[in-house]
Amino acid sequence: MIHTLTMPKWGLSMTEGRIDIWLKQPGDRVEKGEAVLDVETDKISSSVEAPFSGVLRRVLALSDETLPVGALLGVVVEGEASDAEIDAVIEGFQAGFVSNAAEAETAGPSAQKVEVGGRLLRYLDLGEGGTPLVLVHGFGGDLNNWLFNQPALAAERRVIALDLPGHGESGKTLRSGEAAELSEAVLGLLDHLQLDRVHLAGHSMGGLVALTVAEQAPARVVSLTLIASAGLGADINGDYLQGFADANNRNALKPQLVQLFSDPALVTRQMLEDMLKFKRLEGVDQALRQLNGVLFDGGRQKVDVRHVVGRQPSLVIWGSDDAIIPANHAQGLEAQVEILPGQGHMVQLEAAEQVNQLMLAFLKRH
Amino acid sequence: MARKISYQQAINEALAQEMRRDQSVFIIGQDVSGGTGSPGEQDAWGGVLGVTKGLYPEFPERVLDAPLSEVGYVGMAVGAATRGMRPVCELMFVDFIGCCLDQLLNQAAKFRYMFGGKTTTPLVIRAMYGAGLRAAAQHSQMLTSMWTHIPGLKVVCPATPYDAKGMLIQAIRDNDPVIFLEHKMLYSLQGEVPEELYTVPFGEANFVREGRDVTLVTYGRMVHIALEAAANLARQDIDCEVLDLRTTSPLDEDSILESVEKTGRLVVIDESNPRCSIATDISALVAQRAFAALRAPIEMVTAPHTPVPFSDALEDLYIPDAAKIEAAVLKIADKRNAA
Amino acid sequence: MSTHLSTDQLLHAYTVMRTIRDFEERLHVEFATGEIPGFVHLYAGQEASAAGVMAHLNDDDCIASNHRGHGHCIAKGVDVFGMMAEIYGKKTGVCGGKGGSMHIADQEKGMLGANGIVGAGAPLAAGAALASKLKGSQGVAVAFFGDGGSNEGAVFEAMNLASIMKLPCLFVAENNGYAEATGSGWSVACKDIAERAVGFGMPGVIVDGNDFFAVHAALGVAVERARRGEGPTLVEVKLSRFYGHFEGDAQTYRGPDEVKNLRETQDCLALFRQRCQAEGWLDAAQFERIDGEVAQLIEDAVRLAKSDPKPQAADLLSDVYVAYR
Repeated sequence: MIHTLTMPKWGLSMTEGRIDIWLKQPGDRVEKGEAVLDVETDKISSSVEAPFSGVLRRVLALSDETLPVGALLGVVVEGEASDAEIDAVIEGFQAGFVSNAAEAETAGPSAQKVEVGGRLLRYLDLGEGGTPLVLVHGFGGDLNNWLFNQPALAAERRVIALDLPGHGESGKTLRSGEAAELSEAVLGLLDHLQLDRVHLAGHSMGGLVALTVAEQAPARVVSLTLIASAGLGADINGDYLQGFADANNRNALKPQLVQLFSDPALVTRQMLEDMLKFKRLEGVDQALRQLNGVLFDGGRQKVDVRHVVGRQPSLVIWGSDDAIIPANHAQGLEAQVEILPGQGHMVQLEAAEQVNQLMLAFLKRH
Repeated sequence: MARKISYQQAINEALAQEMRRDQSVFIIGQDVSGGTGSPGEQDAWGGVLGVTKGLYPEFPERVLDAPLSEVGYVGMAVGAATRGMRPVCELMFVDFIGCCLDQLLNQAAKFRYMFGGKTTTPLVIRAMYGAGLRAAAQHSQMLTSMWTHIPGLKVVCPATPYDAKGMLIQAIRDNDPVIFLEHKMLYSLQGEVPEELYTVPFGEANFVREGRDVTLVTYGRMVHIALEAAANLARQDIDCEVLDLRTTSPLDEDSILESVEKTGRLVVIDESNPRCSIATDISALVAQRAFAALRAPIEMVTAPHTPVPFSDALEDLYIPDAAKIEAAVLKIADKRNAA
Repeated sequence: MSTHLSTDQLLHAYTVMRTIRDFEERLHVEFATGEIPGFVHLYAGQEASAAGVMAHLNDDDCIASNHRGHGHCIAKGVDVFGMMAEIYGKKTGVCGGKGGSMHIADQEKGMLGANGIVGAGAPLAAGAALASKLKGSQGVAVAFFGDGGSNEGAVFEAMNLASIMKLPCLFVAENNGYAEATGSGWSVACKDIAERAVGFGMPGVIVDGNDFFAVHAALGVAVERARRGEGPTLVEVKLSRFYGHFEGDAQTYRGPDEVKNLRETQDCLALFRQRCQAEGWLDAAQFERIDGEVAQLIEDAVRLAKSDPKPQAADLLSDVYVAYR
C-alpha cells in the first residue's frame, strides 16, 4: 500500500512549515508513531510522525524548504510497490493538491466563541462521537497548548479545548479569580454544548480547574487526566509565576518560559512574541495577577484538592524534571501515575506522542 | 487570533476604540471627516485614503475637519495636548511638514525640557510616508531620520497591521509627542489583529525572522522587502536574521547589537535617502559598539541621494528592492558558511 | 467719573504693573553686570496691557506669550522668585534653569509659555481654547504677539481657525512700533493691525495701551464674548517699550528723545496713579506702600536668585521625555 506523508497542520494558524531535517532516509524502515522528519513553523518546531509503518521510498521536500500545509513530503510504502505505481500516486496527489492549497487559509478547524455567564469563551471543537473530552490549559496558556494533542485525540472522539476566562481569546475580566470561577466557566460551556458527561483533562492550573469541576459536579465527569497538575500539593515555583506575570518584554520573558521546557531551544523568539502578544491584551495583566494572588500567593498553592482524585478513574502524567510543580505531588494518588523521565512542565507539548498514547489508551478503557 | 484585517482597518479600529475609552482623544486634520461646510454628506472621505472613515458618525464632536492650515491646526493640537487633551492630528502626507515644522520642532518637542519637566504634551501626529504610489517628490518622502534627530519626539513606523493597532494605541496613551508614520504601500496589507485593545511598547524591535549568517536591520515597508530577500537567500543557504526596528526613536540598540554579535554581518535597509539617515545611524552604532563582532564591512541599502522621481521606471529604481538587498548580502556573506 | 473696579482690583492692578516695572528695570541694571546669561527682552512701558488683560482671567484661562514675556508671566501669577531664578539660570527657576527668559511657563497658572519663535504662540492658544471647548469648560485663551508677530502666517492661521470654530480665544496684538529694529508703520501693510480682523470674520478693536482703564474695558467686552461662545476678538493695543529689542540694543533706529518723551508723558504707571488719585479712588499712601513692598520683593528675588544653586550635570539629560528607554 502506498501512503503519502504530508505537511501537518498544527494549531489554528499554521499555513506552512519549513523542513528542518529528515530523520529517515529513502530506503529506511519507519514504524507507525516514529519521527520521520522535523518541521519548523513560526510557532514551534516538532517532529512529523509516521501515521503508518512501512519503508520510506521517496523524499519530496528538501531541508530548509517551506511548504504549505497539506503539501507532499514523502512516500511510505507498506508492502510492495513499483516505482511506476509510486510515480502515479505522486502525480495524482500533486494534480489534486493545487486546489487544496488555495483553500488552506479557509479550510481546517476554526475556533468558535460563545457567551457563557456574561463572558466570551473561545473553544475549538474537533472530532466526533464517543464520550467527549474537554481539555483545560494552565496559567497563562490557551487552547493552543494542546496543539499536538487535540488532533490526535480527536481521531477517536469529540475533543473540545477551551480558553479559560482571562486567557487566549476569552473574556479577560475575572470576578474573584478563584478556581471555582474558572470551573464554573467550564461547566457553563458544557451546558451550552449540552454535554452531560465528559472526560476532563487539565494541564497545570487547568488540572486544578478540572479537579474543581469534578468536585462541584462529580456526575458529569467520567474520568480525569491531570498533567503536571496544580491542586495536589503546596509547592509551586513562585519566582516563575511572579516573573511571568511581571515580564513585559522579550528579554524578561525568556528566562521564565525556558523553565517550562526540558529543551530551552524550544523557546523561540516567535514563541516569546506570541506570548507577549497575549500579555499585552487589555485585561490580561490584571487577570494573571489576580489568579496568581488568589491561587498561588507567595509561591505556595493555596488550594489542595487531592481528596477529589480517585472518585473518577484518573490518569496522572508528570515530567520528572518539572521545574514549576514538582513531580512528587503525584505520589500516593489513587490514580494511574505516569512519570516521563527527563521531561519538563510542558510535557504534553514536548512529549506529545507519549502523552497522546497514554491518554488514548486510558480513555479507551473508561 | 484568527481574525485578519488590513493595516488601514487596524488604524481605524485603534482610533475608534481609544475614542470610546477616553473622552480626551480627538482627531483633527484635513478631510479626516470630509464634507464639513459642503452641501453633500459629512464623512464623505474619512481621510484622503479613507483611514478615518466612519469615525465622524460615532464621534461628531471629536472628529474635526481642519482647513488647509497646517501651522494652525498642528499648533492647535499641540496647545490642546498641553491642556489635558490627547489629540491625534493628521498631517496627511508627511511631506507637508514643510508647512508647519516649527510647531513640532520648536514647540511640542521642546516643551517638556525647556519648561523644566512641568509640561506634558501627549500628542500624536499621524502621517503617510514612503514611496511607491507614483506620487512624486512632494508626496513620497520618508523623513524618518529628520524626526528621529529631534530630541523630545518619538518616531513610530509600524510594518504590520498588528503593530499598527497596538502602536497607535500606545502612541495615544503615551505622554510624549509621537510621530506615527503610516507607509502608504502597507494600507491594504492584511494581518492578524486582536479585537481587544492592546499596546505594543516603543523601543522594542521585532525579530521577524531568525537567522545565523547575516543581520538585516530595517523598518516600515522595507521589513517585507527584506523578508522577501531573506527567503530568496535561504535557497542559497544564507540564513538571514531580519530585525524590524518598529520605532526609530527610541531605538532598540540592544537587539541590533545582540543580533550582530551573533551573525557578525550587518546590512541596514532604509527606504530613505542615504545621508544622515537611519542607515548611517545604525551603521555607526554597530561600528562603535560591536566592531569586534563584525566579520565583514557593514552594507547599506538605501534610496539614492535624489528626490523621489515620478515615472514608474525611475521610482522602481529609486526604492530599494529585494535584488539590491540580496546583492548587498552576497557581497559580505561568508561563502564558507554556505557549504 | 467712577469706575466699576473695586479698590482691591485697583490695588492689584497697580501691584502687578509696579512689579513688572521694577522687575524689568532691575534686570536692565543687573544684565549690564554680565551675571545674567543669554539675552533678555524687557516689557517695561507695556505694563498696562498685561495688567489690563489678565485682570479678566483666572487660573483656568490660558495665555500664550512671546519673547517679551516677563510682564505676561507676572500678571498671570507666575512666581516672581522662580522667574528671577530662571533668568539667572538657576535650578530653583520655574523651569529648573533649562528655559530661561524666553521660555518661562507655568501650566498651573495657565501660562502656556513665553516663546522664542515669533507668532508661534497663537496656534497654541487656539489649541488651549479648543481644549476648553471640547471639555465644556468656561476657560478662554489669549494669544499675545507684537506688531512683528502680527505678520506671521501662524497668527493668520490661528485667527482663521479660531473664528471658523468659534473658539473662546483672544488675539492681543501689542503694537510697540518696532519688530526688532524695523518700524511697524512700514512692515504692517494696513493702517492698523486691528483692520485684519475683518478678513477673519471677527471684531477688531484698537485701544490705548498706556491707559490701563482702556485696556481693561476693551478686554472685558472681548473676554465676555468669548466666554459666551461667540468666538474670538482681535485687540490691537498701541503702546511703547522703554528699552531696546533686547538688552544691549543701542536703539539707534529710534527718534531722538523718543524714549525720554515716552517716559515723561506716556508712562502707564504714572498715568494710572494720577487718574486714581485725581478721582479719589486711591491715595498716595496706598501707592507708596505698594512701591515699598514691591521694591523689597524684587530685592529679595535678585538676592536669592544670585545665591541659588545652578543645575547639576544630571539635569542635562532629564525631562526630555516623560518616559523613554
